[in-house]
Amino acid sequence: MKRQTQARIITLKIDGVDVAAREHETILELAQENNIFIPTLCHLDGLSEYGGCRICVVEVKGSNRLFPACMTYATEGMEVITNSERLRLYRYSILDMLFTERNHVCSVCVSNGHCELQYLAAKLGMTRVEVPYLNPNVPVDASHAHFIMDHNRCILCQRCVRVCGEIEGAFTKGVMGRGVNTRIIHDLNGAWGDSATCTSCGKCVNVCPTGALVEKGKSAGEMVKRRDWLPYLRLMQED
Amino acid sequence: MMIEKFEEITAEEQTAVAERDHTVKVCVAAGCLSSQSDQVLAALKDGASDHHGCHVKGVGCMGLCSQGPLVAVESKNSKTGAVMYQNVQPEDAPDIVDSLGKKPVARLELKTNVPFFQRQKKIVLENSGEIDPERIEEYIAAEGYQGLLTAVTEMTPIEVIDEIVRSGLRGRGGGGYPTGLKWTTVAKMDGPTKYVICNADEGDPGAFMDRSVLESDPHRVLEGMAIAGYAVGANEGYIYVRGEYPLAVERLKLAIRQANRLGVLGNRLLGTTFDFNIHIRLGAGAFVCGEETALIASIEGKRGTPRPRPPYPAEYGLWGKPTLINNVETFANVPAILRKGGAWYAGIGTEKSKGTKVFALAGSIQNTGLIEVPMGMSLREIIYDIGGGVPTGECKAVQTGGPSGGCIPADYFDTPVDYESLKALGSIMGSGGMIIMDDSSSMVDVARYFMEFCMTESCGKCIPCRVGTVHMHNLLDKIYKGKAQQRDLDMLEKLCDMVMNTSLCGLGQTAPNPVLSTLRYFRHEYLDLLVDGEGNGRIDTAVAPEPVEA
Repeated sequence: MKRQTQARIITLKIDGVDVAAREHETILELAQENNIFIPTLCHLDGLSEYGGCRICVVEVKGSNRLFPACMTYATEGMEVITNSERLRLYRYSILDMLFTERNHVCSVCVSNGHCELQYLAAKLGMTRVEVPYLNPNVPVDASHAHFIMDHNRCILCQRCVRVCGEIEGAFTKGVMGRGVNTRIIHDLNGAWGDSATCTSCGKCVNVCPTGALVEKGKSAGEMVKRRDWLPYLRLMQED
Repeated sequence: MMIEKFEEITAEEQTAVAERDHTVKVCVAAGCLSSQSDQVLAALKDGASDHHGCHVKGVGCMGLCSQGPLVAVESKNSKTGAVMYQNVQPEDAPDIVDSLGKKPVARLELKTNVPFFQRQKKIVLENSGEIDPERIEEYIAAEGYQGLLTAVTEMTPIEVIDEIVRSGLRGRGGGGYPTGLKWTTVAKMDGPTKYVICNADEGDPGAFMDRSVLESDPHRVLEGMAIAGYAVGANEGYIYVRGEYPLAVERLKLAIRQANRLGVLGNRLLGTTFDFNIHIRLGAGAFVCGEETALIASIEGKRGTPRPRPPYPAEYGLWGKPTLINNVETFANVPAILRKGGAWYAGIGTEKSKGTKVFALAGSIQNTGLIEVPMGMSLREIIYDIGGGVPTGECKAVQTGGPSGGCIPADYFDTPVDYESLKALGSIMGSGGMIIMDDSSSMVDVARYFMEFCMTESCGKCIPCRVGTVHMHNLLDKIYKGKAQQRDLDMLEKLCDMVMNTSLCGLGQTAPNPVLSTLRYFRHEYLDLLVDGEGNGRIDTAVAPEPVEA
C-alpha cells in the first residue's frame, strides 16, 4: 500500500487506548504497533490484503456491524473494541469451521508446533470443536520435486496465490471451484510437478500458515517456515 | 436534428398502424417461447399473409405466463378493445385469422377485465407486450429515447440527478438504496473516467423480472443507462447479463446495434457532444456475481469473488474508477421519470417507497407470471386478487427476496409491500421474486432448500459462509429427516448468528434469513421434527406444562 507523504494525523481509541494514526493505516497495523493482539490468518505483512478469513473482525462503537481489522482504515474519533465476549465467540466459531472443514490432524502434521492455525486455537483457548467434522476426501499433490501440496491442511487463505502472483510474478497458483469445493490449483489444474510456470522458488511454502504447503523430506513437527524476507521484497517493489 | 428524425420515425410507424385493420401480437418472450410460441407466430404469419390489412408481430411478455402462448388481437374498428387468447397452438392459427373482424374465438379467449390485468400499473412494463422488442422504430414511436433526448439537449447533469432524487426512486435490485443519492455520489467523484454498470445477473430462484424486461423492451434499459451516464459523467456502460439468458443477450445485442446505427447511442449521440457506448459481458453462472464487487471483479476478467466494502464502487469500482451500478429494473424506470417528471413518479406508491415494482409470481398460485403494481399494495391483493390465490388447499406463506429473503406467513398478508414493511417482517423486498406456498410445503424443507442454494453458490472466499452454510445445511437436513435433537436446533441458531455477522458479503450475511424467518413464524414445525436422545418424537416445549409450585 502506497503511503502518502503528507498524511493527515488522526486519533482514535483501540480497546480504550488512545492511538495516533496516519490516514490509510488499518486498524490491524495500529493494533500491532501498540501491542494489541488481533488474531489473523489470511493477512501477511508484505502481501495484499484479502479480507477472507474474518477472524480479525472487530467492533466499532456506534455500529452494529463488524469490521475486518485488516481492511478497515482508521477514522477520526473511532472507538474500536478488539476483544469483547461476542468477538471471542465468533472467532472461536470460525476456528470451529476451519478445523471441521478439512482434515487437520496435528499429531502427524509436519507443521505441528509451527502452525498458525494451531497457534491461534491454543491462544484463543479452544479445546474442542462443536460441529461435526466434514471429513472430506481431498488429495495430496506430491508431484513437485521439492514441495508437497496437502489439500487436507489447506484453509484457503490464498497467501500462496498472492505471493506467487504479486511477488514471484509466476501466477502458477490459482483457485478453482466454489464454496466448500474450492481448491488451490496449479496452472490449469494440472499436477504441480508438471507446471511449466512454477519457478520452484518456494515462496508459497514459506507463506503457508499451516501444513498445506511443505518441503519434502520433513517429518512430523519439522517444517519451520521463514517469511521475514517478505516485507523487504515488498519495499523493493515499491521503490 | 434528432427530434425531426424521431418525429419522422414516429409518423411512419403511426401511418403503418393506421393502415392496418388488425394487429396480431404474439408473445415471444422466454415464457411463451418455451411452449412453442415461435411456431404460433409462424403459423399466424403464414395464415394472415393473404389477409389484407392484418399485421402479425412478435412482442414481449404480456404477464400471464402460465396461460401461454398468449396472443393479443387489436382491431381498428373493434368496440370491445383488444382480444386476448390463451394457450394458443399453431393449429389454432386459421381460426384466429378467420375470426378477424368477427366474433372472437370463444374457446381460446382470455378475459382481460379480471383483476390480473385491471389492478396492475405499468411503468417498467409499459411497452412489454405492446412493441416488437427487435425493432427500435416501435420503441421510438412509443415515446422511446425522448427522456434521453430531453436530458442531453435541455438539461444539465445536475438537473437530471435532481429529477431522479425528486422521484424518490430506490434501487430495485433488493437493497432499496436511494438511486438519486447513488448517482450524486458518483457524479461528485473526480476523474475523467467513470463507468455505468447494469446488473442483469438475476439469480434468485423463481425470479424472472429482469429477463422479461430485457427480452421485451431492451431499449428501455439502454436509454436508462445512457441517461445515467450523462448524469454521472460516464462514457462507457457495461451490461452484465447472466449467461443463462441467451435470448435476452441476443435482443440486447440487436438493440445496441440498432441504437448505434441510428445515433442514439455511441459517440456524439443524438447530435450532442456526449459519448456513451454500451458493452455486454456475460456471467458464467455464479450467483455471487450479482454482488456488486464480485460483478466488477468478473467484468475485469478475475475470479468473481466479492471484496470488503468500503471503498464502495462509487469511489473505487471497475478498474479502480468511480462506477455507478444499478439493477435492470432501476434503469428501466429512468426513461419514464425523465419523460414525465420526478414529481409524477413520486405521486405513485407509499411515503418511503415510490413508484411501482415488478414481481414474478411463482410457486403454488393460479396466475403464474409477471406483474407490476404500485408500492404499498398489500400482499393479500397481490396473491389473491392479482395472483388468483392458490389452486389447492390454503395459502400458507409467501417467500420474497430469494435466498436472502424470508417467508411471510398468511397472517401478515395485509402488510403493504414496501422496503420497510417487508424488512420489519424479517424478509426483504429483494429483486421481486414471490414464491407462494400452500399448506403442503414444509417450512423446514423450504429453509433447507435455500440453504442448499447458498451452500452451492458460496464463492468460498470467507470462512463463515463457505463452511457455515455447509454445517447449517447439514443441521437442517438432520432436522428435516427427524434425526435432530434440541441441541442441534440451538447450534443451528448459533451458526445463523455467526454467519450473519461475520460473513464478507451480502450472500453470507443474508444466507441465514430463510432459516431465521421460518424459525420466527413456524418454529413449531421445527420442534415437531425434533427427537429425544432415544430417537423418540419429543413433546412440544412450546406448550410445556407450567412448573408446579412447591
